[in-house]
Amino acid sequence: MISSRKKRDQPWLMRTYSGHSSARASNALYRTNLAKGQTGLSVAFDLPTQTGYDADHPLARGEVGKVGVPISHIGDMDQLFDQIPLDQMNTSMTINATAAWLLSLYIGLAQRRGIDPRKLSGTTQNDIIKEYLSRGTYIYPPGPSMRLIADTINYTVRHVPKWNPTNICSYHLQEAGATPVQELAYALCTAMAVLDTVKASGEIEVAAFPQVVERISFFVNAGMRFVEECCKLRAFGEMWDELTATRYQVDDPKLRRFRYGVQVNSLGLTEPQPENNVQRIVLEMLAVVLSRRARARAIQLPAWNEAMGLPRPWDQQWALRMQQVMAFETDLLEYEDILDGSPVIAAKVADLIEGAKKEIEKVEEQGGIIAAIESGYIKRELVGSHMHRLRAIESGDLQIIGVNCFQETAESPLTGGTDGAIMKIDPAAERGQIERLQAHRKSRNDADVRAALQGLADAAKTGENIMPSSIRCALAGVSTGEWGDTLRAVFGEFRPPTGIDIAIDSRQVLGQKDLVAELRERVADTGSALGRPLKLLVGKPGLDGHSNGAEQVAVKARDVGFEVVYDGIRLTPQQIAQAAEEEGVHLVGLSILSGSHMELAGAVLRELHARDLGNLPVIAGGIIPPEDAERLKALGVRAVYTPKDFNLNAIMVDMVDVIRECNGLQRLGPRP
Amino acid sequence: MTQVKLPDPEQLALRILRGERAAVASGLNLLDNKLAEARSRSARLLASLSGEHWLDAGHLIGITGPPGAGKSSLVSALIRAWRSSGRSVAVLAVDPSSRPELGGGALLGDRIRIKNSSHDEGLFIRSLANRNQLGGVATEVWPMSWLLLTCFDIVVIETVGVGQTEIDIAEIGDTVCYVAQPASGDTIQYLKSGIIEIPDIFAVNKSDLGAAARKTAAEIARSASRQDRRADWDYPVCLVSAAMSTGIEQFRDHFDRHRSFLTNAGLLGKLRARHQSAWVVRLLKEEFGTFGLELAGGRTAVAERLSKGVLNQFEEYERLRKQILSRFMSVSRPSSPTKKEHPDEQAIV
Ligand code: B12
Ligand SMILES: Nc1nc2c(ncn2[C@@H]2O[C@H](COP(=O)(O)OP(=O)(O)OP(=O)(O)O)[C@@H](O)[C@H]2O)c(=O)[nH]1
Ligand SMILES: [Mg+2]
Repeated sequence: MISSRKKRDQPWLMRTYSGHSSARASNALYRTNLAKGQTGLSVAFDLPTQTGYDADHPLARGEVGKVGVPISHIGDMDQLFDQIPLDQMNTSMTINATAAWLLSLYIGLAQRRGIDPRKLSGTTQNDIIKEYLSRGTYIYPPGPSMRLIADTINYTVRHVPKWNPTNICSYHLQEAGATPVQELAYALCTAMAVLDTVKASGEIEVAAFPQVVERISFFVNAGMRFVEECCKLRAFGEMWDELTATRYQVDDPKLRRFRYGVQVNSLGLTEPQPENNVQRIVLEMLAVVLSRRARARAIQLPAWNEAMGLPRPWDQQWALRMQQVMAFETDLLEYEDILDGSPVIAAKVADLIEGAKKEIEKVEEQGGIIAAIESGYIKRELVGSHMHRLRAIESGDLQIIGVNCFQETAESPLTGGTDGAIMKIDPAAERGQIERLQAHRKSRNDADVRAALQGLADAAKTGENIMPSSIRCALAGVSTGEWGDTLRAVFGEFRPPTGIDIAIDSRQVLGQKDLVAELRERVADTGSALGRPLKLLVGKPGLDGHSNGAEQVAVKARDVGFEVVYDGIRLTPQQIAQAAEEEGVHLVGLSILSGSHMELAGAVLRELHARDLGNLPVIAGGIIPPEDAERLKALGVRAVYTPKDFNLNAIMVDMVDVIRECNGLQRLGPRP
Repeated sequence: MTQVKLPDPEQLALRILRGERAAVASGLNLLDNKLAEARSRSARLLASLSGEHWLDAGHLIGITGPPGAGKSSLVSALIRAWRSSGRSVAVLAVDPSSRPELGGGALLGDRIRIKNSSHDEGLFIRSLANRNQLGGVATEVWPMSWLLLTCFDIVVIETVGVGQTEIDIAEIGDTVCYVAQPASGDTIQYLKSGIIEIPDIFAVNKSDLGAAARKTAAEIARSASRQDRRADWDYPVCLVSAAMSTGIEQFRDHFDRHRSFLTNAGLLGKLRARHQSAWVVRLLKEEFGTFGLELAGGRTAVAERLSKGVLNQFEEYERLRKQILSRFMSVSRPSSPTKKEHPDEQAIV
């Protein structure tokens, strides 16, 4: 029977995370998405914009407009929101280290258009803490990063009251391997650190502090274990309620509500049989809508071809339709909470809360989340959890359909097209952006720019709120790189611990001692034959922050006997070649998921060549479409691995053979 | 066996002396290589590199101390100071975390902590796993540091100081610095029990932590004063903070001062010659055991013989090696000891 429509709850905000090539192209995409029934915008920025570099900076090479839209100055922002009324739109920006800057551009644009900033609504992700742990677009050390978060909160609470200045993210922790308990614990520790910093800044009156608490929202993940995930969200709600009441004395329960947006798990989306991802995505969404009291406020879903490359408009449309089907066709929104009163659910929630509280205590004992990041503790815990997940997939304990079981498949009509079934970014986009930026630099008033930047530097030094001077910069036509560099000069830069130094003896080898033992023998024997132990450099060139693959390859390689050098993310091809030379490695393994593999691997090969290391074998892994894999091999890359190569032991066998072959030894071939 | 391509040592030496980075890297690889052929080429490489400069060039610095005391961070701070005054720097970072007895390899993590992000051709970092099961500085570190001394102004060796290792570093560096962890009694314990030979310079890092660091510095100054020391060197105890970059200039100056002290007192050349002999003796002992050393006349005799050939320890080493090998043959024939020629196998017969 069709129930009366009026009793239904409002559905959540439906978004699609998107942006690419240029502000103009992204604007066109946003407008079509809105026409399709999307109710909010979610902006993906390119990596140079996220890490505070101009499009013509050497580190930006190959990355401009690739995984998101490049925004270099207020003119780009204007273009991005062309014909989109800022006062009526709800805009979410996935921006962190440069969040204060992008928000300033947005506010500056509103001012220019004569719109009162008090009417702006939306979200800046602005959780720089998890950047150190997972997402990788950090710039400054933790102290200044905390201050930037606090400054945006202090500013928006007073001047842009409908804005969510920060989205505390547990999403990215799960994408880096975190368990539900770790997600709960580390996100709540981050929230506490943020609130404590705001409180300590003294900018907010004590009486107004509950409003600050109310503005804190979260960005959460939901994986395949959807019952547990649903419980995790209920646990989040209960813990937040308790924490805000006790630690921050917020009396009004409405202000203590756990407000969150979601992107569902993408780590588990597969390259083999990618159509199965559709079921996965829908089930994952179920976890965040099922329980009314723990329902998401905003949802964005990945696309079925997530593990293949960037989604095309049609792929994104499909993902949006999943949400619409759930919200409009099912009866989900007609009921009160359907899980209340279930003892099974209550027990699971209690269980998660207990685990999370223990972990929070551990972090607090170490001096809080910042100390635990600086010491490497949390990153090590995450790398350890991810390692366990991968080992379970390798051993078959964790079944992934189409990957480690049920691999047989008919030919897929979905992947048959000529475009490789992914979105390809026109390489000319970078040139266009650089030209526009250079023209912009000529057209602005230099004296205004200088004065605005001086104001920014002064504010950074004196501790004055960074927002007013940033908005002045925005209006003066300052560029993203100039804003980033000015603060780099004051705050300095930071490289967090890589977390791969987990203790070798604290890990069980999953009852597969024989496998690893045999591998160790191969590694040791090959080392003896060559005269010294095999040494591997794992390199992450470019601005790409996807570290999971590199970390797990490094940990596994160490486990089977390699001496491993891994210096973390965001290195230039030159730095990688130099490290390969200085360290005297036998093999260079590049990990590139940003889509810039052609430019970056090519550059590393050239740099090695220039150092007399033309014969040093180079292999690459990451999101690399098959035809690019062939082109890389033609350039001289010896082997290419993608997510379908889930078995790290097999990759190790292969790596040993690549080294053997390049040194005139016989290949040993796959394990019997 | 294999067709591993090994460089021509004499050619390589010329290129190293010209400061070619690729040659330096390849020289270090050769010195690290355990193949019999590589061993003899290593000896030739060292022989071609040796000369007067080996007794007076550059500055070889050992930095040791407990795990996590901030050695790498301090080295990084020192590098900034040295590089800004135009001095080239090479670092050998010996990794503490490898546990070869567990069968795994090593994660060489110091590099990231030493290196700042900017590209710099005047800085060269090589990380080494500590492959020695018993802890201590791998024997390769000695010749590697001498190679680096021929083409860098400053060579730093970073090792973790636990138990025996400090003795090793004292047998390598011109200047040894011990980095202490504030509020940890280890350093003082070691000093009192005489486990560590007194280092030339003490640094108490993390002075930003305040009172704890100052207290530790004061305690070290008190305990150290009871040790035997050279009358003419003052054994400074510095309070520094790598994180806040405080005290780094004075800290660096102590290194320069110590080197001047060694040269002025005519100690530098003697020290290096002694270290080189110690390495040769240790290498022979690792390769042939005490018994082998006996065959060459015993430790003292060997050391004496080496001290005479100050400028070319390595040719001397090759001669001793051959001598021991031929004695082996005559002692243990007919049980084909030549099979044991692979030096890695520690032929303790
Ligand atoms: C997890 C994830 C993240 C995490 C990363 C956490 C972390 N610290 O690594 C988070 C959530 C932070 C993230 C963020 C972003 N992501 Co992301 N992410 C993924 C995801 C879902 C999985 C990647 C992964 O970790 N897999 C697990 C590891 C173990 O697998 P792997 O890296 O593929 O490695 C395997 C092989 O490839 C190979 N391998 C890999 N490297 C190496 C190296 C060597 C030496 C060897 C031998 C083998 C090897 O071996 C491994 C074992 O199987 C992929 C999609 C997917 N399902 O693959 C998107 C994906 C990579 N992300 C993408 C994007 C765009 C982003 C963002 C840039 C979005 C944005 N605009 O802000 C951000 C920014 C990140 C940044 N700073 O660069 C795109 C890239 C598009 C492209 N290449 O064209 C993808 C493909 C999703 C998509 N379809 O849009 N992401
Ligand atoms: N507070 C403070 N912390 C510091 C200082 N120097 C280093 N640290 C921190 O101490 C930790 C260890 O620093 P490292 O420089 O890696 O120490 P190490 O002695 O080289 O460590 P190992 O090589 O692992 O033995 C890191 O977390 C540093 O951030 C300092 O001056 N003050
Ligand atoms: Mg160190």
